[in-house]
Amino acid sequence: MLDSKIPAGPLEKKWEDYKGHVKLVNPANKRKLEVIVIGTGLAGASAAASLGEMGYKVKAFCFQDSPRRAHSIAAQGGINAAKNYQNDGDSVFRLFYDTIKGGDYRSREANVHRLAEVSANIIDQCVAQGVPFAREYGGLLSNRSFGGVQVQRTFYAAGQTGQQLLIGAYQALERQIALGNVVMYSRHEMLELVVIDGKARGIIARNLVTGELERHFGHAVLLCSGGYGNVFYLSTNAMGSNVTAIWKAHKKGAYFGNPCYTQIHPTCIPVSGEHQSKLTLMSESLRNDGRIWVPKKQGDNRRPNEIPEEERDYYLERRYPAFGNLVPRDVASRAAKERCDAGYGVGSSKQAVYLDYADAIQRYGHVEAGKRGLANADASTITALGKEVVKEKYGNLFDMYEKITGENPYEVPMRIYPAVHYTMGGLWVDYELMTTVPGLYALGECNFSDHGANRLGASALMQGLADGYFVIPYTIGNYLADEIRTKEIPTSHPAFEEAERNVRERIEKLMSIKGNQTVESLHKRLGKIMWDKCGMARNAQGLQQAIQEIRQLRKEFWSDVKIPGTINEFNPELDKAGRVADFIELGELMCIDALQRAESCGGHFREESQTEEGEALRHDAEFMYVSAWEYQPNDQWELHKEDLNYEVVKPSQRSYK
Amino acid sequence: MNLTLKVWRQANKNSEGKFETFEVKDINSEMSFLEMFDVLNERLINEGKDPIAFDHDCREGICGMCSMHINGRPHGPWHATTTCQLHMRAFKDGDTIVVEPWRAQAFPVIKDLVVDRSSFDRIIQAGGFISVNTGNAVDGNSLPIEKDKADASFGAAACIGCGACVAACKNASASLFTAAKIAHLALLPQGDPERKSRALSMVQQMDKEGFGSCTFTGACEAVCPKEIAITNISRMHKEYLFAGLSSEK
Repeated sequence: MLDSKIPAGPLEKKWEDYKGHVKLVNPANKRKLEVIVIGTGLAGASAAASLGEMGYKVKAFCFQDSPRRAHSIAAQGGINAAKNYQNDGDSVFRLFYDTIKGGDYRSREANVHRLAEVSANIIDQCVAQGVPFAREYGGLLSNRSFGGVQVQRTFYAAGQTGQQLLIGAYQALERQIALGNVVMYSRHEMLELVVIDGKARGIIARNLVTGELERHFGHAVLLCSGGYGNVFYLSTNAMGSNVTAIWKAHKKGAYFGNPCYTQIHPTCIPVSGEHQSKLTLMSESLRNDGRIWVPKKQGDNRRPNEIPEEERDYYLERRYPAFGNLVPRDVASRAAKERCDAGYGVGSSKQAVYLDYADAIQRYGHVEAGKRGLANADASTITALGKEVVKEKYGNLFDMYEKITGENPYEVPMRIYPAVHYTMGGLWVDYELMTTVPGLYALGECNFSDHGANRLGASALMQGLADGYFVIPYTIGNYLADEIRTKEIPTSHPAFEEAERNVRERIEKLMSIKGNQTVESLHKRLGKIMWDKCGMARNAQGLQQAIQEIRQLRKEFWSDVKIPGTINEFNPELDKAGRVADFIELGELMCIDALQRAESCGGHFREESQTEEGEALRHDAEFMYVSAWEYQPNDQWELHKEDLNYEVVKPSQRSYK
Repeated sequence: MNLTLKVWRQANKNSEGKFETFEVKDINSEMSFLEMFDVLNERLINEGKDPIAFDHDCREGICGMCSMHINGRPHGPWHATTTCQLHMRAFKDGDTIVVEPWRAQAFPVIKDLVVDRSSFDRIIQAGGFISVNTGNAVDGNSLPIEKDKADASFGAAACIGCGACVAACKNASASLFTAAKIAHLALLPQGDPERKSRALSMVQQMDKEGFGSCTFTGACEAVCPKEIAITNISRMHKEYLFAGLSSEK
């Protein structure tokens, strides 16, 4: 039976009570305990820094050349916190409630409430570190709105919030490195988890510069390795983002929670051709001021500026008047797909909708003219003033759009289309963020815990930092307090030897195939299967086909992949091959999970289960559970169910109308 | 379009490098510069040759990993643009493009276009932080900060640590990188307590890593993809001088 270890007591007291009674480790013992941290994004860097500050001996690993490069850095829009600085009715409960509802009632109440509770501490911590958040003229912190929410609780630093938060955590980490509390291994990749007597005791890592395999012991192992959206080949993830660390852990006993829950982000720059290597997000913050529309006429080939107002369909405002352009991501993405599938799409591919700033430029222009006392400002002055305001708010995003597409978004509406962005699924963890392998934890995007079937905007940064700064420093003590008598296990232990041998044999096998298909071409094929059959809309028949196709692809990969170079050198193609091999296995599990969940919820849309208006239709009686998959030999999986009990919130059909 | 590429090839830190010439055909102007390299590498792999190693990750111009010296200019011809955001619209049919790694003593080549920039991390370790342990913070709004100062601090903090400033500098100076961090933290009241020790030790570490001195040619500012201003270097000198003259240590 899965034990989520949720503390007893009323929801709002659980975390406080837990902290008051959790076991502690005294400073002298902390110095003897070693913790391994995999990944240095918001979750990993904040955890490694915090544990280092507390006195644990930490080893941190990242595959990039510096911990500062982790993909958290690319998050644009902001970070939520229940500060209620705007006096607009926000509270811990409301952030909790919005997150539960946004996740379509498929997340755990206790975890989400804790997240909302610590959200305010995160902002304080980041300000103290010197994160230069946007401020008002009075010197106080500024806020904006994000999707699925009716208050302004999002803190931001232009369109580079993730960068600024990560640099804050990175600097805290570098400080601990300088103090000798953390040892950093960059250009290293974890390739196996070492389990001894049922507990996580270390890893096998590969030095990506020399190709050497290394053994590292730890009393506990923290996986903070991010999401697995690159299983779709095209996504907004970084090129190196991968599932390998958590997949290895999964195959060593960690259950995988809700693998099929994928977030398709509504506002990304559309695919321009076969050469495309990745997709670029345009921040959700743009939906604060931008209006989304398509022509009312099918196949309208006029330029956007030539289409008069009355011939435009602002379909989000039409369908969801209460939330308008700020509906949650899953709703906005499906609405865009619906319009494009029905023949109203724009651009040369017809797989795009407009995100238009013309109204916002006029609105801001009038306000600005009023502020400056320009009573009779002419149209061009108003437009110029409006553009200035928009530039200040979103300038870097507009510049990025122009560099990629060659079009000026101040003059013509942006073309956008949904793209894979985030994976709500991940390793199953209990309230303490521990996986089903004792001593193995998962933090940030690589766990399944807080976002249910759909994540709200500006909540990923919040979760990553909550887990690293404010949750794991408490919960890890509860485990390590019982490990103070465990001496460092020498890496000559047979379990380390066996793990290293397995890694070596797999790499040698990959290099020995010498087939005809490149890693990239096989990855692309996997991505196409996943996007077509396990993407924005899924059905039983397609998923069954996808499983067969993925099994076939897997055979081809292991008999025909072509990898250049040798093992003991800097060889990015070999690194990629190992990751794609894992993605192929994961893809099958995602389809299996999507197939068993014969309901729609959040980002998981089963065509067989929708309302008359085409909204996601849940079946709470049958599917109010977390699916936690246990890996079995010969690529079989056994499903375990963690029932979700809603004690405070009453699940209902989500409505943003 | 069809292009000729002259690319620096070097097996590892200790081996000698040389330029290798490649003809690439049917390049679409919508491709990014790195996607053009992807196409070339796919071809090289299919031909049984060694693909060109280059650093890249986010491909959104923010992680700072990509680092190509293109036609004599870090990150290529476009202003305020990383290599990954440079698109082939910048070139025309028949062009010859020369691609080199960052060249600096403190950035040894790992392979081809990949260099080791860990010296930057060590400069940050020398003091590029505010010493505040998790849990020590007071309410975020208890410390109002003038908007102009917060904006200027953000302007410096936008540095992505790519190293283009070093690559562009004839002295291979890391002054712009180091100054951006010193300025980011010196402009904020939270950074004040460690202001002097930070300036002294970060500058010291920069010298120790083997970066050259600054002679204010402005090449760094001209190529910086995040438009970090050279005035930050003036601020660094001011901070360093003030710290050196008034430090009680």
